[in-house]
Amino acid sequence: MSVRPLTPTFTLLAAVLLLLACPAYAGDDWMPPVRDATVQKECGTCHMTFQPGFLPARSWSRMMGSLSDHFGEDVTLMNDKIEIIRAYLTANAGDVVNQGRAAKYMHWVAPGGTPQRITENPDFLRKHRFPESVWKDPKVVTKSNCLACHSSAERGVFK
Amino acid sequence: MIRRLMLAAVVAALPLVVIAADARRDAILADYAAKARAVDPGATAFSAQRGETLFRTKWTGGDPRTASCTACHTADPRAPGQNAKTGRPIEPVAVSVNPKRFTDPATVEKQFTRDCKNVLGRECTPLEKGDYITFMAGQ
Repeated sequence: MSVRPLTPTFTLLAAVLLLLACPAYAGDDWMPPVRDATVQKECGTCHMTFQPGFLPARSWSRMMGSLSDHFGEDVTLMNDKIEIIRAYLTANAGDVVNQGRAAKYMHWVAPGGTPQRITENPDFLRKHRFPESVWKDPKVVTKSNCLACHSSAERGVFK
Repeated sequence: MIRRLMLAAVVAALPLVVIAADARRDAILADYAAKARAVDPGATAFSAQRGETLFRTKWTGGDPRTASCTACHTADPRAPGQNAKTGRPIEPVAVSVNPKRFTDPATVEKQFTRDCKNVLGRECTPLEKGDYITFMAGQ
């Protein structure tokens, strides 16, 4: 009995398994995570450190200029912190990255538009068509709580 | 061997870290005490009991989702909490289980500014801040 006829199939299978096991390299479920300590601390204390690739640079700039009304909350910061965060978010924004999942999100952003809610992007909505009961689950709390279901979301993996 | 020595060094340094943390917390409390006296020269010493009342009171002036501190921190300050608006986990507030609490003045002031507005619907007084920290330091 020879194993040779199985080899190409096995190789293909191994490649597929490898891709499934490493979504970081598979592309579409991957969004480069936040690596800046100030952003992690100042943004991540209250909510997940959302990846800048989900919004264009002008959205982040608008957000960092309106922290006194941040989704209804006053989260004013010292100016030096604001500028560090703004610089990081705009340098890594969706229209700057413009590939993989970021490009898919940017596809739906109107030219010149400054959306603020990642959860209103059609690419998000398309993948989150759940019955209301799912959103009402106490561990979910809100649509922006990615980590309730995507345990590796903060590392950029949305499986 | 090196690992064991490093572990020994870390264990030996632990009391120093705790003392340093206490000194920073004491400085924060001293600052609030000075501010409380500036408002009212006859201001009393901080009270853990008043701090607990502040922690457990249901207020009506703030965001209804966070009517009291317990909305996010739970009724047990030693337990982990959860941000009532975002679902983000919150580390325990009680100093006994989370010695980092109330050691960085900027972080403490920032959090009081945000939370008092959300929970009480107004700023907290220096006396209230000192009471709260005193309560948590004993928890």
